[in-house]
Amino acid sequence: MTIERIFIEQVYRDESARILATLIRLLGDFDLAEEVTQEAFAVAVEQWPRQGVPENPRAWLVSTARNKAVDLIRRRTRFEKKQDELQRFTRVREQLALAPASYGEGESEDAMLSDDRLRLIFTCCHPALQTESQVALTLRTLCGLSTEEIAKAFLTPVPTMAQRLVRAKGKIRAARIPYRVPPTEDLAERIEAVMLVVYLVFNEGYNAASGDALFRPDLCSEAIRLGRLLCELLPGEAEAAGLLALMLLHDSRREARMDANGEILLLEGQDRTRWNQAQIGEGLALVESALRGTAPGPYAVQAAIAAVHARAWRAEETDWAQIAALYQVLLRLQPSPVVELNQAVAVAMSQGAEAGLRLLQELEKRGELRGYYLLPAAQADLARRLQQWTAAAGAYRRALALATNEAERKFLSKRLVEAESKLQ
Amino acid sequence: MQYLLLIYGNEAYWNKLSEAEQGKVSQEYGEFTQSIAGSGHLKGGNELDRISTATTVRMRDGKRVVTDGPFAETKEQLGGYYLVEAKDLDEAIGLAARIPSSRWGSIEVRPIRVHSMP
Repeated sequence: MTIERIFIEQVYRDESARILATLIRLLGDFDLAEEVTQEAFAVAVEQWPRQGVPENPRAWLVSTARNKAVDLIRRRTRFEKKQDELQRFTRVREQLALAPASYGEGESEDAMLSDDRLRLIFTCCHPALQTESQVALTLRTLCGLSTEEIAKAFLTPVPTMAQRLVRAKGKIRAARIPYRVPPTEDLAERIEAVMLVVYLVFNEGYNAASGDALFRPDLCSEAIRLGRLLCELLPGEAEAAGLLALMLLHDSRREARMDANGEILLLEGQDRTRWNQAQIGEGLALVESALRGTAPGPYAVQAAIAAVHARAWRAEETDWAQIAALYQVLLRLQPSPVVELNQAVAVAMSQGAEAGLRLLQELEKRGELRGYYLLPAAQADLARRLQQWTAAAGAYRRALALATNEAERKFLSKRLVEAESKLQ
Repeated sequence: MQYLLLIYGNEAYWNKLSEAEQGKVSQEYGEFTQSIAGSGHLKGGNELDRISTATTVRMRDGKRVVTDGPFAETKEQLGGYYLVEAKDLDEAIGLAARIPSSRWGSIEVRPIRVHSMP
């Protein structure tokens, strides 16, 4: 492989997403932007070894892609019969006319590219799109995942995912969802939507809903990359730092979450020497900056809870009282029965299992968590600590009836067998 | 006195028709439009884009709630309409959110399919 070819592959890895984002802005059309971006790289592969690498590869690629688009539109308009497609091409021509003729004019190049990625994130996460479409589109255009990869990550059939992407792009086009950073008055609300998408991607990777693997690391890495991008593009946004911190601190435990047999290890059973200290260091620093300022948001508080765990060298040293207090803060910001459940567990660890069980009983009575396997799982665990084997066995059975993830089910079954054996 | 004639179709049925059959229906629409224009009955009319392009806007507790998809509640009823010009969906949503009924009902924002009307 030639030097130029290696260089081009590196440029592709580092820059193709940004170049795509710029083309999407210039053309106002996802599919077309994708097509011409690929074509521009193909031309680079052919020309750069012969003519040398251009002084500004990024600008060259954007220009080349843009010119390809102009040609493509001209050619296709001549032969296109369908009204829909002709209207689409007209809109692309209108969009092209809005941009300066030569790329890089007027604005600093970096500012333009950063803004384009920011515009792209907000477009992909527009509320007029369904959340699952927002997630798919973000992974496709910002992370460069293929349709097949996204389908596999969410355990969805490929044609379903492909259709989801087609409809999302179709809606952006047909309803004219604008490519822009939202105006200041809408920004707070829209940032929340973007962060939710990133959080959902991470969560899907961390707690796989079903399937064999306990977690899918690639989704976590993509979410963290997006989180970093958000922090870079929105430096004043404390919650972006909080979200990134939360993801880093959780991901730092990746190597310790499963034992040699591929079975789950709870926090208390994990080998903490396998926790990634670099991620923890970065996460802890981010938590500091996320908590600064007037009012910490929910991601910052969740990150603070993860930080308490991360700071404990051994499970016994965990400051559970502080965790319970932080959950109280979180409940004020984001009242939710799931958060109450987590708080009950923290209370159990700091004040004793009976205190925790009482809170869980109240939760169960309210019925909001019916169908959520972690409630009986928590009840089972606390009963187990108190050696109340009948209650434990019953709760493990109820949890198994609800749990869908294979690794989780294996864990619960093992605990059920243990509880049943103690009954004799 | 004026009336609004609301066309409730069936996208599934339409999608099953052949291109020729659809073309025939479009032609019938054109003939009908021309005819009522000529007789002075027509005050305005449009074809709406498919429901996959629809967005629903509600105002609840002073906050804007925007969701993908057409309006679908059964306990709300069609009560009026506006035909507006807007440069993009955000602008249209902004207008919809200012309609008083958005506070207890729903406003569906649907793009118009452009045809030249007589």
